[in-house]
Amino acid sequence: MTAMPPRLRAALAIFALLALVPPLAHWIGQPFLIVIATRMVVFAIAALSLDLILGYGAMVSFGHAAYLGIGAYAVAVLSRAGVTDLTLHLLAAIGAAGIFALVTGAISLRTRGVYFIMITLAFGQMAYFFFVSFSALGGDDGTALAARSTVLGQDWLRSEPGLFYATLGLLVLIFAGLYRLTLSRFGRVLSGTRESALRMQAVGFRPFPYQLTAYVISGCLCAVAGVMLANQSAYVSPSYMSWHRSGELIVMLVLGGIGSLTGAIAGALATVALEEGLAKYSEHWRLGFGLILVLVALAAPGGIAGLIRRLKGAPA
Amino acid sequence: MSAPLLQVRNLSKSYAALKVTDDVSLDVHPGEIHAIIGPNGAGKTTLIAQLSGQLRPDSGHVHYMGQDITRLPMAARVRMGLARSFQLTTLLPGFTALENVAIAVQAREGSSFRFFRAAASERALNDQAMDALRDVGLNSRATQLAGSLSHGEKRQLELAVALATRPRLLLLDEPLAGTGHEEATLLIALFARLRSRVTMMLIEHDMDAVFRLADRVSVLVYGRIIASGTPAEMRADAAVRAAYLGEEEG
Amino acid sequence: MFNLFLLQLLNGAQFGILLFLVAAGLTLVFGIMDFINLAHGVLYMIGGYVMAALSAATGNFWLSLALVLPVTLAVGLVLELLVFRRLYDRSHLDQVLATFGLVLVLSELVKILWGAAPLSVAMPEALAGSIPLAGLMRYPVYRIAVIGAGLGVALALWFVIARTRVGMLLRAGAANRAMVSALGVDINRLFMLVFAAGAMLAGFAGAIVSPILSVDPGMGDSILILTFVVIVIGGVGSVKGAFLAALLVGIVDTMGRMFGPILLKSLMEPAAAAQAGRTIAPMLVYILMAAVLFWRPSGLFGRSVAR
Ligand SMILES: Nc1ncnc2c1ncn2[C@@H]1O[C@H](COP(=O)(O)OP(=O)(O)O)[C@@H](O)[C@H]1O
Ligand SMILES: [Mg+2]
Repeated sequence: MTAMPPRLRAALAIFALLALVPPLAHWIGQPFLIVIATRMVVFAIAALSLDLILGYGAMVSFGHAAYLGIGAYAVAVLSRAGVTDLTLHLLAAIGAAGIFALVTGAISLRTRGVYFIMITLAFGQMAYFFFVSFSALGGDDGTALAARSTVLGQDWLRSEPGLFYATLGLLVLIFAGLYRLTLSRFGRVLSGTRESALRMQAVGFRPFPYQLTAYVISGCLCAVAGVMLANQSAYVSPSYMSWHRSGELIVMLVLGGIGSLTGAIAGALATVALEEGLAKYSEHWRLGFGLILVLVALAAPGGIAGLIRRLKGAPA
Repeated sequence: MSAPLLQVRNLSKSYAALKVTDDVSLDVHPGEIHAIIGPNGAGKTTLIAQLSGQLRPDSGHVHYMGQDITRLPMAARVRMGLARSFQLTTLLPGFTALENVAIAVQAREGSSFRFFRAAASERALNDQAMDALRDVGLNSRATQLAGSLSHGEKRQLELAVALATRPRLLLLDEPLAGTGHEEATLLIALFARLRSRVTMMLIEHDMDAVFRLADRVSVLVYGRIIASGTPAEMRADAAVRAAYLGEEEG
Repeated sequence: MFNLFLLQLLNGAQFGILLFLVAAGLTLVFGIMDFINLAHGVLYMIGGYVMAALSAATGNFWLSLALVLPVTLAVGLVLELLVFRRLYDRSHLDQVLATFGLVLVLSELVKILWGAAPLSVAMPEALAGSIPLAGLMRYPVYRIAVIGAGLGVALALWFVIARTRVGMLLRAGAANRAMVSALGVDINRLFMLVFAAGAMLAGFAGAIVSPILSVDPGMGDSILILTFVVIVIGGVGSVKGAFLAALLVGIVDTMGRMFGPILLKSLMEPAAAAQAGRTIAPMLVYILMAAVLFWRPSGLFGRSVAR
């Protein structure tokens, strides 16, 4: 067995630090930090899911927030129908997201480059306007949830640490699964299509089924983040799936560094931390946040991962 | 004579007013090395692209093992044993040399819808990939990223990948271009060894190699086959000398 | 019914013309520089705000409109110089990151300068009335003027692109970027020109729409996404495609909202039809775009991507 790869070690360190947040937050008397940490972990799941297609498959989806929304609305719809179980919420979210991803992915993958970015954006907008006009679920304003999901009939998620640890557990599980997947035969084919679709065809692979499968997996995992987001904010609205959200997911990924999984997590944590941190100082925090994004894009290509590579002296 | 492995009939392809492939018909028989020679811009690469499924011809037919494959996608042709090497290398630059070959082994061995086990730990993939690297003399570079190999080494790797698909018919687009003398000698010896197993269509500017290896030579000029025959016949053909050998580059 | 139809057709055309003004510059930026610019909608918004500020200060619509052009041109130049120019040869992702950041920065700046509440701009005296359309139906002169102005710009653009040397370079660049540099043209100057002119057109659109719609910080966002739809339907890099697609999108969107529910009512019961109409109408242009890309993956007038 070779030594543990740095990106795996970094991810494990992040998970360990995150696990310490609730006790630390209590200790320093700032329990709201747990809420922020939960948001961080939720978006880490979403960014991870996007990294699978964007980082490993070179499919730049600009409509990924749709799956966040689908997951969130799955909770809202089922809760209304009296179904409160988290497992059922997750299954429904994954099923709905899977179907949406299968249909829209099959159409989107006919296009390339800028067109792919734009058609995924269009499907994201379709989902957005669908829920905006869904008056039974509050339309534009969204709808509040009566309570958080239950696990085995227990309301373990009602406490903030309970919800946090459940979400963190899902993150670790999804990271582990994706880590294995990217090293598997399937992962190799997916990365191969990113490097050269022509080469992959020349050795006998049709890229489409692999790309579509990755697209569906990615959508399903992002819906999991949506389920947890709905639980965290106890509220569901179309704004979860606005194009700004989709852009923000890409921003997280690029900020952290694409195609390493760990970078996606780091980028999500950094983005949420920046937003929450800056928002404390000024209502015009977007000014500072936007400036940081511009500067990173101009001065630090490869994001956090690229920065670390350069600090270590390796070529970026 | 046995039935041809590859039958090309009246193949034509134009870019706007330019006829890149002009009514090309030819046969490649099992076990032979069929060389295509012709000046730069004659349409050799474009012909290979149509035979391999990368490009659609405007008209005409391609039959392989008795089956019409004119409209078959490239990946399906490769799985039938019709492989090619590229003149301009199209490797996976972020993959190691070994991984570049292993992915070709993976394409024909077992399903690639496997999501859990690490591909790098599959002995069967690695061993066969290593064999192909050894065949082309690249085994010592197995762990290098393909993007960091020298130009000649990329050509060798290109060939190893094509071999790893276990082709029955191999379309080789200038496999010796850019290799050093030593590698070229090694590759020519490899082709000579392979000929009992693999049928080849060889595009090459190195005339020594062509006349040493080829059973048949076809001459392509401005998209047309102007002559076809044994190497000796081609050497003697006046039209061929005028059109091509006269301006042979060193 | 016919009158209503005509009215909505004109409204759709007017909306489409606006979309075209914003899309014209962006499609060239996309096509020639392969550059994803999310900040283009912000320039439209800035045009609106500068117009509002100037007309409040001067009280003169025409003077303000004339001043909006150089101001937005300058904003485009500055942005090109400071940011965009450094991103041409970078990945789409870096471009998304930077221009997404710019959207946040510029929108927030506008909020700081003018507040978040919508502003309004007075209609110019000369264009305030309405003219008879058909029967009793009348149509506002100003909207007709907007259509006329847009058609004028389209005509001028057509002339530049079809008849001038710069236009020749633009066409060559949209078809094959490497070729333009091979011609020995100072590509950086060309890019700068396209950017600045595109910014000015977007600013112009934002200015002339300000008397009809209110000026608010969200106006750039909503138009940006529809502009993308227009560009992609028309084919990236094609100004002609953008023109036709803009009219198509403008008319489909306007007519869909108006007649969708009416049409559906003949198919299903009124309540369900109203709900379905409300649901489908805003999705219509996106459905249109997905359908176009399904049959033509590079848009109506785009180069097909060899694959
Ligand atoms: N995509 C294309 N569009 C237009 N012309 C092309 C294209 N591809 C190749 N050609 C032209 O077709 C001719 C044949 O090219 P090619 O097949 O590469 O020749 P060879 O391999 O014999 O040197 C050349 O004149 C080349 O410029
Ligand atoms: Mg060639």
